[in-house]
Formats: sequence, C-alpha cells, structure tokens
Amino acid sequence: MVGVTAVVGSIDTVRAPAEVRRARILGLVYISLALLVYFVFSVGTDGDVTFRFGESPGDLDWTVSSSLLATVVAVIFGFLGGIQLTRGFGSKTNIILGLAMGVFAFAFLGWAGAGKSIGIVGILVTTVAAATPIAFGALSGVMCERVAVINIGIEGMLLTGAFTGAVVGTVASPFLGVIGATLAGGVMALGLAVLAIRYRVDQIIAGVVINIFALGITSFVSSQVLVENRAALNSPGVLGPIRIPLLADIPVVGRILFQQNIFVYVLYTMVVVLSYLLFRTRWGLRSRSVGEHPKAADTLGINVFRTRYRNVFYGGLIAGFGGAYFTLGSVGAFNENMTAGRGFIGLAAMIFGRWHPVGALAAALVFGFADSLQIRLSILDVGIPSEFLLMAPYLVTIIVVAGVVGAARPPAADGQPYVKE
Amino acid sequence: MKLELRNVTKRFPGVIANDSVDLKVESGEILGLLGENGAGKTTLMNILYGLYSADEGEIIINGAEMSFTGPGDAIDAGIGMVHQHFMLVPVFTVAENVVLGIEPTVGPVGTIDLGEARREVEEISNKYGLDINPDATVEDLAVGIQQRIEIIKVLFRDAEIIVFDEPTAVLTPQEVEEFFKIVNGLKEAGKGIIFITHKLGEVLAISNRIAVLRRGKIVGEVDPKTASKEQLAELMVGRPVDLMVDKGAAEPGDVVLSVTDLVVRDERQHTAVDHVSFEVRAGEIVGIAGVQGNGQTELVEALTGLEPPLAGHVELNGIDVTLATPRALHRSSVAHVPEDRQRSGLVLEFDVAENIVLDSYYAEPYSHGIRMDWDYAHEHADELIDQYDIRTPSSRVKASNLSGGNQQKLIVAREFARDTKLIIASQPTRGIDVGSIEYIHNRIVEERDEGAAVLIVSSELDEILALADRILVMYRGQIVAEVSGEDATASQLGLYMAGSVA
Amino acid sequence: MTEETTTKETPPPSKRPRWLEVIAPRQVDWVTLLVIPILAVLSALIVGAAVIVFTDGFGAVLPAYSALLRGAFGGWQSISETLLASAPLILAGLAVALGFQAGLFNIGAEGQMTIGGLTAVMVGFSFDGLPLLVHLPLAVIAGLLGGALWGFIPGLLRAKTGAHEVITTIMLNFIAFRTLDYVLKLPFIQKEGRFDPVSKDVLDSATYPSILQWLPIENPGRLRLHLGFFVALAVAWFVYWLLYRSTIGFEFRAVGANPSAAKYGGMGVASTIIFVMAVSGALAGMAGANETLGVVGRGVPGFTAQIGFDAIALALLGRSHPGGVVLASILFGALRAGGRTMQAQSDVGIDLIVVVQALIIVFVAAPELVRAIFRVRGGKKQGQVTRGWSA
Repeated sequence: MVGVTAVVGSIDTVRAPAEVRRARILGLVYISLALLVYFVFSVGTDGDVTFRFGESPGDLDWTVSSSLLATVVAVIFGFLGGIQLTRGFGSKTNIILGLAMGVFAFAFLGWAGAGKSIGIVGILVTTVAAATPIAFGALSGVMCERVAVINIGIEGMLLTGAFTGAVVGTVASPFLGVIGATLAGGVMALGLAVLAIRYRVDQIIAGVVINIFALGITSFVSSQVLVENRAALNSPGVLGPIRIPLLADIPVVGRILFQQNIFVYVLYTMVVVLSYLLFRTRWGLRSRSVGEHPKAADTLGINVFRTRYRNVFYGGLIAGFGGAYFTLGSVGAFNENMTAGRGFIGLAAMIFGRWHPVGALAAALVFGFADSLQIRLSILDVGIPSEFLLMAPYLVTIIVVAGVVGAARPPAADGQPYVKE
Repeated sequence: MKLELRNVTKRFPGVIANDSVDLKVESGEILGLLGENGAGKTTLMNILYGLYSADEGEIIINGAEMSFTGPGDAIDAGIGMVHQHFMLVPVFTVAENVVLGIEPTVGPVGTIDLGEARREVEEISNKYGLDINPDATVEDLAVGIQQRIEIIKVLFRDAEIIVFDEPTAVLTPQEVEEFFKIVNGLKEAGKGIIFITHKLGEVLAISNRIAVLRRGKIVGEVDPKTASKEQLAELMVGRPVDLMVDKGAAEPGDVVLSVTDLVVRDERQHTAVDHVSFEVRAGEIVGIAGVQGNGQTELVEALTGLEPPLAGHVELNGIDVTLATPRALHRSSVAHVPEDRQRSGLVLEFDVAENIVLDSYYAEPYSHGIRMDWDYAHEHADELIDQYDIRTPSSRVKASNLSGGNQQKLIVAREFARDTKLIIASQPTRGIDVGSIEYIHNRIVEERDEGAAVLIVSSELDEILALADRILVMYRGQIVAEVSGEDATASQLGLYMAGSVA
Repeated sequence: MTEETTTKETPPPSKRPRWLEVIAPRQVDWVTLLVIPILAVLSALIVGAAVIVFTDGFGAVLPAYSALLRGAFGGWQSISETLLASAPLILAGLAVALGFQAGLFNIGAEGQMTIGGLTAVMVGFSFDGLPLLVHLPLAVIAGLLGGALWGFIPGLLRAKTGAHEVITTIMLNFIAFRTLDYVLKLPFIQKEGRFDPVSKDVLDSATYPSILQWLPIENPGRLRLHLGFFVALAVAWFVYWLLYRSTIGFEFRAVGANPSAAKYGGMGVASTIIFVMAVSGALAGMAGANETLGVVGRGVPGFTAQIGFDAIALALLGRSHPGGVVLASILFGALRAGGRTMQAQSDVGIDLIVVVQALIIVFVAAPELVRAIFRVRGGKKQGQVTRGWSA
C-alpha cells in the first residue's frame, strides 16, 4: 500500500509561463529604475545642466533643471513599468528597452552634469564610433546564425582582423591592411566552419576554440615580434574621418552620422545591403531556409553544407573587416587582446536586434552609447570610481541578454549540426 | 511515364534495409506500398528521391537508367515526394515554401518575384481544388492544410510520379476522404502515385495495386479488389496476426483519476484543453481518441505534472493533485509512458540501467541517501530485460543502440514494473514493429486486470478500438463524445473526431 | 524520425575490467579517451616547433624544447613547480568540466577565480591570532563562497530568463576584473603605504603550508609546492564521486544530456542549472583561493593568470571526466613550469605555450581531425552540448 503524497493547492495562483515571467521581471526593472532615478538623480540635486547640441557653446543649448529632468524620467519609467507589468509591449519590447536606456542615460547625464554643461554631439560621435566594431560583430553573427551556425568565435575573428590589419597596414598600405584583415577573418571563419560543419564539433566549443587560438597566436607574435619592431610592423596609422559634403551640414545629426571614417560608411551600406539580400532575394530565402529547416531545404535540392560554409565565410569576412577598425580606424597599432570582449557584446547586440541587420545596428548603438558614456564620464569626474564606469558596457549586455533573449526567436535550427542520413 | 525500381538493395551497418526490391509504377495508377514500421519503406523512397544512394540496383524511367545525386536530380526527372513529416519552413509563407529552390527572380541580384510566385500557386491550387492562400504563414495553418502545400510543391515542380509517405497519420477519417478525392483527381490527371502506408483499410480503399514490403523484401503483390485485411496483415508480418487484442471484460472498481473542468494552454498561449472532465476507474482502460493536435498532448502534460493547468481540478484517489510535480505523482504510483520516447522518455546517452532508474533513482533501494546503488540498479535492469523481452545484450548498452520497439519496451518495463495505481500512456506504440506492439498491448491489458486504472491516448483508431473499455473522443480541446468500447465503430468515432456531433 | 530500419543489432560490448567500470561507468573506448588526446598534444608540439622555426629559426627549436622539458620534469625544483602550477588548473578545470556535464558552458572560471581569490584574501589577512587549522579552512571556504556567488548569478539568469551563460559569464569576467581593481584600492584592503592595487598580506595562519620541506636535498625551502595540490586532488575525487556515484550527479548528467527527459523523471531542471553553476563557481573560487593563499600571498590584479581560460581546454582535453581533468592539468602545469624555464634559458618567449595550448584545444575539439591526420580508427563520435540560445 503506497500512500499518496498530497500536494495541496488548487488553482488560485497560476504559475505564469516563462515569457510572462520575463515580462514581469522587466517591468520590475523599469519600476526599480524609476525609483532609482527619482531618489538618486532627482532628490537633493541642485543646479541646472546644459546639454550642448551644437558645435560651439551657445549654438543649440538646452538648459534644464537636473532635478526636474530626473523627475520626468522617473515618471516615464514608472509608466513603462506599469505597461510592461500588465500588457507588455509585445514585439516592440526591444525597441522600447533600447529607447528607455537612452532616456535613462539622459537623466544620468543630467545628474552627473548638474551645474555644468555637457557636449551631446561629442558623446554621440563617439557612440557611433564605439558602436561600429560591435555592429560588425553583430552583423557577422547575423550572417552565421541565419544559417543556424552559432558563431562564438567573432571575438577571435575581430582580433585576428585587427592584428592583420595592423601588420599588413604597416608593411604595405592601410588599404591593403583592410583587405588583409577581411581575408584573415574569413580564414578564421573557415576554421570554425570546418570544425562545426565537417567535424560536427559542438558549435560553441568550436567558437571558443577559435577565440583561444586567435588570442594565442596574436599575443605570441605580438610579444615576440611586433614589440621589438614597432616601426616596421606595427604602425599603420589611422584612417581618418571623411566628411560627406551636404549631408554633414545637417544640424546636429550631420556631424554625428556623416563625419566618420570609412568603416562607419561601410557599416551603413552593409546594413542596407544585407537586409535586402536576406529578405528579398533568392540567396536570402535559401540561406534562411537552411537556418530554419535544413532538412526541408535539403529535400528541395539546396546544398545545406555548402550554404553554411559560404555564409560562415562571409560572416568571417565581415568580422575581419570590423576587426580592422580597432587598429586602422581607432588606435593605430595592435595591442594584445585589444578587442576586450566587443565580439561577445556584438553577439548580445545580434540577439537584442532579433537577428535582423537593422536591429543589430540599433542594438550596437545602444552598447556603443554605454561605451562612450564611460569614456566621457571619467573625464567629467563624476564621483563614480572609474572601475565601475568601465563595467558599464558589460553590465548593459547582461541586462539586455537577460531581459530580452527568448522573447525573440532565433532561426529554428540554430546550434544544431545538420546530419545527412 | 513509367517508373521502375529494379533489384534495389541498400545496406546499413548491421542491417539490410532494402533487399533486391522490384517495383513498377505507371502514369494514371496508384500503387500502394504496404509494410509495418521498420520494413524499409521510407528508405526505399529516400533512394527514389535521391536522398540516399542504393548499393545495388537501378532506377529506370521510361526505359532509361537514372542516377540521382540528390533530390534536385529526382525532381528534374519528374519525381515528387510528399514526406510524412512536412518539409515546410514554419516562418515562411505558403508561396515562399512552394518556390523555395526554384524561385522566379527578377533583376541582377536575384530578387524574388513574389507576384509571380503567388500567381502560380493560385493557379495550381484552383486547378486541383486545393483552396490555399499563398500569403498565409505556414505555422498558422492547420496540419491538414499544410499537407496541401506539400502537394502544391510537387505539382509546381511538374512531378509526374508522386510519392505519399504515410499521408494520413494526421488526418481525421473525413479529412482522409477529402484527401483521397484529391489523390484520385491527381490520378485522373495522369499522375502516377505511390501511396506508402501501414494502414490496411486505407491501402485497400485507394490503390490499384498493392505491394507488400517485409524486412526489406517485397513479399507479394496483391489485387486490392480481392484481398482482405487479414491477408495483408499476414503478408506484412509473416505470420497470422490477431488484429484484436485478447481481452476479457473489464471490472471497473473505484474512481482513481478524476478530472474536472480542466483548462490548459499550449506553448503559444492558445487554449488547448477546454474545460475537460472525465473519470478513470481502477480496472478499466479509458481511451482518448482524436487526431493529433486537438489538445491530447497538453492534457497529458497537465495530468503528469509537466505543465501546470490554467484552471480546473485533478484528483487522484480523492487527493488533489492538480499542481503536483512529476516527482510527487511518481511517488503516488502514477506511471507515465510519454508520447515522444526519445525526447521525454529516455536519455539516449545513458545506458539501459540508468534509464531504468530515470524516475526512481531518488529513493530506496536504488539509492541510499545521496549515494546511488548502481549494483542494484544493474541487477534490477537485468531482471526487467528478461521479464519484458527487451532485446539487448546487457544493461550496459546505451539506449541509443536499441531499436524503437525495444526502447519503448524499456519505458514500459520501467513504468509497469512498479506498484501502479494509474497508468497514463500516450501514443504507446507509435513507430514500432508489430511484435512489440502486440507485446505492449498485452501488458497493458494485464495491468488493467491487476487493478490499475489505465488512460490511453492514441491517434491510432485501431489501437483505441482494440484496447479501450470506454472511449472518449477529443476534438478542439473538448471531450465531444463518450462511447463504450464494445459498441464503438471506426466510422462513428471518425465523425466525432472530425467535430460533427451525432 | 518514426521509422527505423529493421531491428538494429547491438554490437556486443567488449569484456571490460571491473576497475574500468568503476572509473567510467559508461561505454568508454580507449581511442577517444587516451589516444586522441595524446596525439593531439603531439601534434600541437610539432606545430609549435614549426612556429618557433618561423619566428626564431631552426636552431632555436632544440634548446627551447629541452629547456621546456627540463623546467617541467628535470629535478625536484621542476616537479615542484609543475605540480604547483597544476593545482589551480585542476580546480578550475573541474569547474568547467562539471558545467559541461550538465550542458552548461561556464566560461566565467576566470572571473569566479578572481572573486573567490579576493574573498579568500580578505579572510586571510583578517582575524589575527587564529590557529592554522581554523584560519586556513575558513579562508578557503570564503573563497569557495565568493566563487559560488559569481557562478550563481549567471546560473540564476539562465534558469529564470534563459540568458545564455556563455555571454553572461564572459561579461561577469570583465566585471570581476574591474571589481578587483577597485577593491584592491579600498583603504581597509589596500596594503599600508602602497598606492597601487595590492592587498594586505595574507597571514601565515591562512597560508597553505609548503609540503616538501622534508626532502633530502639542498635548500628544500625553495620548493614552493604546497598543500593546495593535495586539496585539489581530494576535490577531484569528490567531484568524481559526485558525478558518478551520487543521486545529485545523476541529475546533473541527466539534465545535461536531455532536460526534457530529466523533467519527466521528476528532476528540477531550473534548480539543477542554478546548483551546478554555483558549485562550478565554488570550484573556481577554490582555485582562486589556492593562488592567493598559497602562491601569491596577497591580492594583486591578474593573479588568475589565464588559468580560467586554460580550464576550458582542460575540460575538453579531459573529456569532462575528473580523472582526465587531473591528468590534463598536470600536463598544462608542466607546460607552464617548463615554459618559464624555456623563456629564461632560450630565445623563445613563454607565449609559445599559449600557442601550443591553443593548438591542443583545436586538435582535441576536433578528434575527427586528429583521426584523419593520423589515420586512427575506432572510437565514438564527439557528443554535442549546445542547444542554441534559449534554454
């Protein structure tokens, strides 16, 4: 005779499914932020903050009481939290979250800059710049994951691109450096493809392997060879900003968007081109089918393996190009491990952007904003230790990934190797 | 068009899947290919479709020998395949799915001409009476409609020979009739059809000729006008088959399971179980009949603690178990044979012994505190291997090495060998060989006779009719009929399954 | 797939000795477990030699590799260094391996080590006057708890929100490093009189004692090997027991292999994920404590010295099995110790070791690759751990 273990309780409290729970967590986050903004940024803050939107002081200024700004933002967040907890935003959740972060940053700046003036244009210019490598990482991820290959190795591809760009850029020319970087990324991606597709190594492990390998090789050669021969091998210089006439003259926006270096312009083009190719052309339909239902694609005569190899290679090219940004677009020389996690942030941006090139760009901008804020604030001397500011992009990434993933759907076959029987 | 398979042989490690198979099909006829699960039907068709390559033998079309390196070649040769599991991309539209692989394009970069695609889909749809909206997203469509998309796909590629692999698994008897109308229409239009199935009634109804496949060989060709089900069954299995289970009358006792007003949501937040109420008594087998997708899966998940219901009550011997966890139910002597054995029922990487203790490892005598007693587990597993006829050399073999039938017997052994008050078995004999099916059916009846309350959920009407003492029909999340096992007929149940209330 | 071809014939299992059953209670084949990793190491060393040729010329290979060998095994000093280096590797490798067994990618061992080492140090330089038998375990436990916290966070996020631990643990690594930088400059942590990020020294009562004092050689005091190595071995045995002999380990492995079946079997998948990540973090935290309480003696930035990343290689090389992890750790410890000697006594820098290790990972991660190169037959295929982004 086996006794029956009773579990008491009928249906008063229904356990909500995971998605509703995630929405609730996000709602609580909004509410907490509202409280934070009010009590920290608003209460007890004196003074006005001046946001400078123009080139020189006085051009396009907006002065507002820091305390008032913070209160308004707190109310907005409370409102958002309310909606999130009850109805939720559905497919717009990510967009709202991104905008909310921007608004939060405003309140934060208002508080940090109370009694001072803050150049917004400068921050936004840096935002676009900082977002660029992240965006390339994200686009690389999109290219690979749309055919259901998870590419954790983006970090390694960026690093390899940076390295190759520096060396080839010094030995030959910056232009050739960019080409070299792109190809180097592609080669690394082929390594990933071979491991994941041909040898069916677990894709995440394969990506980690690529990263470790890239870090090892670049650090080794850098410390053995580059350090001693800086002038001959590691001083490619920086490709400066190019001003697009007419467009750059648009007030506020012009300087931010159209006075950047070539990498940024390639980024814009790439986002548009990739979106079109993915969603309007034959190549895109077939690629996506491989990512969603490879067996179906196979039965219709589409070569799943070749499609995956090809797209992963393209993804590597994109990441390699993005990697060149670090050396040829920003620092001007290669330093060990200079990518500092941007590849992974790029992955988070890809998820945040729901595996769509435009979304990836938008998400990258959010992360780039966190990055550039951190640089600005350390100059502003806000009273927050610099170490915490440096954590900002990583914290934002965690918040995004926790709040957002699972709400969007990756390509259905993501992460699964294709097995032909 | 004349298609011939001559002497086709295909071997896999340890097994001959197809053994010197000869087959012929011509335009304007329907060949029924009959065989039980595991006989080699799908392998044969995969060879025909270019997914596999034969080790020996030829494929001959209109007298010319063909060699297919992939589905593309088969498609070009005029062969179209409607797979058992649909090959549709859920997030694409109908039109996109139909044109995938041979898209009409415009411009230098291969922009897809969606207008053209739409037009062609509508044309075919109208011509064959398929009634489909080209812009609908596939995952929003009902399963019966999705099948029509597969048909349009093959017609779009100018298929002359169309192969249907187990097409009626997901259809109600009425939908099957509609489907047969469409197939006959295709036949009239001059297509040659190969109809693969293990369902005796259907193959007799639709085919012009029937070929029977057993263990990879063609063991007979039969004229459906003269053949009987028993004849076919005997050919399929190789010995006379008792199509009915040997079952005495039930002697129902007290109510064991009581379900009241149960409401369960599915993954996409739609109501899958809509205020369902029923009882199961000790010593009786209650069968829930219905086409897959009418809420049975969600009902079982709620009853077994895998998903919490939204509303309603479930009582086990008078005790409320509505929100009970699987562990709690296990402790209360509830046995669950899950629908998808490889996904939920087994850990394929574990060996037989580890799988045997999968849901009972937490208690004596399989463990003492947190220390596992693997010696005992292996002993116990060896006993069960013996008792339940699980064909495996030892308990240390990985579950993935077992055939489907033996995997299912493992699960049944695990669940039935305990003290059981309530057994919930979902699709208990899906995809396994007839020998194992017989065995499991007999065991279920045994358990009933020992006093367990048994709830069977199955989309195989024959199984329900064979086993159940009482039959409930589920349609769109509701119980729409209750019939006694003795009185029920397939056509009557079919009507209920399709939603018509008598 | 519903239909399979006619009844599969199961290959009869080969006669296996009982001790093998005890060590690895599942079908183990020698090829995958031992032969492939050995060949992988060999291949990596060969390619490493090629790299040396490329950067420093042919003549540099022999002196470099002989220095490497000497530094790893040539004498008591070398052996002491090798085992010393392998102790934290064992612990960190166990952390990652445990995660793999449960289907989780703990890339955050480096960060968990950092936090664990920090908390250990903090207990280590406080509480003057406690006996060794009390203070040392206390400090180690502090390290354990610190690491557990840092593992718990991504575990919780994964269980409750589906946030993939690959990203969250990597982000937490960076956050841990910055946290260390910050904390090491706090007044009550920072060493008196210093302005750089360095903590107070760990008291003797919380330092792992050296254990090779008794050796009959000259100046045994310079042998740095400490108790931590044996602690690590004990922990490795414990992890083995946990995984293969306990109910808890059974749950870990089931959740890792098939969460749906685990749920069906009554196991709590979410709680298992959280538990595993916390334990994994705790192991890494112990590795951190091993370093700060035994080797470094205080908290400094970068004390983790890439051990957490090597741990990933170790888990792969050791096939996620505690025994394999121990062996792999000793190998990597040898590489580290030998590498230092190689750097000091030849022209080749220690970064070559990083390259060799990276190559080992590449070859181990793709056993088919090694098999193809060396034409090895037999053995089973590599399993798959990933299930995509959402849980």
